[in-house]
Amino acid sequence: MEIPLTKNLQPGGIPLPIKDFEAAGGYQAVRKALGSMKPEDVTETVKQSTLQGRGGAGFPTGLKWSFVPMGEQAPHPKYLVCNADEMEPGTFKDRVLLEGDPHSIIEGMIVSAYAIQADVGYVFLRWEYRVAEERLRQAIVEAYQAGYLGKDILGSGWSFELYLHVSAGRYMCGEETGLLNSLEGKRATPRSKPPYPQVSGLWGKPTIVNNVETLANVPHIVNNGAEWFRGLSRSQDAGTKLYGVSGKVNRPGVWELPMGTTVREILEEHAGGMRPGLKFRGVIPGGASTDFLVEEHLDVPMDFASIQKAGSRLGTGTMIVLDDQTCPVAMVHNLEHFFAQESCGWCTPCREGLPWTEKLLKAIEDGQGEEGDLELLERHSKLLGPGHTFCALAPGAVEPLQSAMRYFREDFERHITEKRCPWR
Amino acid sequence: MLSEDEKREIEEQLKHYDVKRPACIEALKIVQRYRGWVSDEAIQDIAAFLEMTPDELDNVATFYNLIFRRPVGKNVILLCDSVSCWLLGYDAVRERIRERLGIGLGETTADGMFTLLPNVCLGTCDHAPAMMINDELYRDLTAERVDEILEQIKQGTE
Repeated sequence: MEIPLTKNLQPGGIPLPIKDFEAAGGYQAVRKALGSMKPEDVTETVKQSTLQGRGGAGFPTGLKWSFVPMGEQAPHPKYLVCNADEMEPGTFKDRVLLEGDPHSIIEGMIVSAYAIQADVGYVFLRWEYRVAEERLRQAIVEAYQAGYLGKDILGSGWSFELYLHVSAGRYMCGEETGLLNSLEGKRATPRSKPPYPQVSGLWGKPTIVNNVETLANVPHIVNNGAEWFRGLSRSQDAGTKLYGVSGKVNRPGVWELPMGTTVREILEEHAGGMRPGLKFRGVIPGGASTDFLVEEHLDVPMDFASIQKAGSRLGTGTMIVLDDQTCPVAMVHNLEHFFAQESCGWCTPCREGLPWTEKLLKAIEDGQGEEGDLELLERHSKLLGPGHTFCALAPGAVEPLQSAMRYFREDFERHITEKRCPWR
Repeated sequence: MLSEDEKREIEEQLKHYDVKRPACIEALKIVQRYRGWVSDEAIQDIAAFLEMTPDELDNVATFYNLIFRRPVGKNVILLCDSVSCWLLGYDAVRERIRERLGIGLGETTADGMFTLLPNVCLGTCDHAPAMMINDELYRDLTAERVDEILEQIKQGTE
C-alpha cells in the first residue's frame, strides 16, 4: 500500500532537512513541472487525477484552478494561499503534515502556483500551531536557499515569493473568503459570491485557496501521473486520505489509507475499537460540521460520494465517536456552543439563530426543555440550512443537530418528559 | 509610543504586502508579545504607524480572540473546550484548574500569575484533553498532570 503523503514522516516527528527530503524524491515535481510542463499541462494533469479538496468541501482541485485567468492579458499579481487554519473541532490531520513534512507542503505550493502562474503565496497558519510555525519558517528559508523560491526559479523565468502568515484565532478564518479578508487585515467575515476568489480574490486579484492536504498531493500527481493517483483509491473518489479518529476509542490517531476505506475498518482495525465497557453509538465522520452516522452505516466507504449517499459529508475525514455512556444532547450542545461562539455576526440567521439553538439545547440538557422545543430546533435546522446564509458555517452547524435529532430522538424526548438529563 | 524593537518587527512584516493594512494583525501580535496585551493607547499608536484610524484597527483587534484588549496574567492558559476534549474530560480539567488557582473561564488570579481562557479545538484530538499555556501545548491531561504543569510553571515564572 502506497502512502505518498506520510512516507517522509519520521519517528519522533522531526521533519527531514531539505537535503534528505530531496534525496527521498522531494522537489522532483518542481523540476519536472518547471522544466518540462506548461502551466496548463499541470492543471490538466490534476484535473485528470480527479483530486478533490481535502479541507471539507471536496471541490475538484483542477477545476478550481481552471477558473483562474491565464495568458498575457491575465491580471497580476495572482495569489496562491495554503489554508492551514485547521480549526474544525475534531480535526487534527493537517497538523501531521505541517509539523512532520513542511517541505512537502511548500513543494505542493510551488507546483500549484506554477500551474496558475501565481506571483505570491501565503501559508495561512493558525496561531496555536507553534511547532508547525517554527518548522515552516525553517523550511521556507531552506527552499529559498536552494533556489526553489524567489526570482527565476531553476532558470524557468517564473518567480514566486512565499510568506508565512500566522493568524490570531477565530474559526471563520478557515472559510475561504473570510480567510482572504483576514489576510487583507480585516475581520474574517465572508464575502458574497460571485465574484469567486479564482477571479477576484486577495485585493481583487485572481486567488486560489487550497487546503494543506490537497496541496501535499499535487507533487505526487505530477511525478506519478493521474492514473496512478486514481489507482490509489478503493472507490470512485481518487487518492489516499488522512483519516483520523477521536473519542473514547482504544487508539485514537491519524492514518493515511486508501480513499474509500470503510468506517468500520478505520474504527476497528486502526482505532482499535471502543474502550472496554463502552459501545459504539454514532460517529460524526468529518469534523464537527457533518451529520451523525450510526451503526447501519459502519460499512460505508469513507469517500465523498458514499458518505454523501449515507446522509452526511466526508468533510475533513476525521471522525468523532459517540459512545453509549455519553449524552447525545450534551454532545450536540457542546457543538452548537462552538458554532454560536464562532459565528462572525455578519448575517442575521447565523448570528441570531445559532445562539438561540444553543440556549434551547442547554435548557433541554438542564431538564428545562418544554413541549415544542424539538419542533423549534427542527425549524432552526431548516432556516439555518443552505441558501439562507452568506457562508457554510450555519449550514454546517445544523448538520450534527438535525441528524442527532433523527437518530437519538428518544434521548431528546426523555430529557423533556423526565425534566432531567438521564445521563447525569 | 511604539518601541524601536516593535517598529522594526512591524516594518519587517510590511515587506510581505504591497500596502500597510494587511500587517495590522501581525502588528497587534507583536505589540502584545512585548506588553502582554493591547491597550487603547497601543491601538492608537499602531493605527498611526499603519496609516489606519484607531477605530479601523480596533474593529480588527476585537474580532480575533487571541488579541487581548484587556490585561492578562503572566501565563495565559488556553483550555480546549471543543467536542473531543469535552468527550474525554474537559470539565474535570477545568474544575481542577479552578480548585488549584481559584479562577474560572475568563478570570485572572489575584497575583497576576495566570489567566484562564476557553479555546476552540487545538487540533490534537487524539491526545485529548489538551490545553496550551503560553507557547506550549499540553496533552493527555489528567488532574494529576494539571497539578504538575501548574506547579512547574509557577516555579519557572518566579
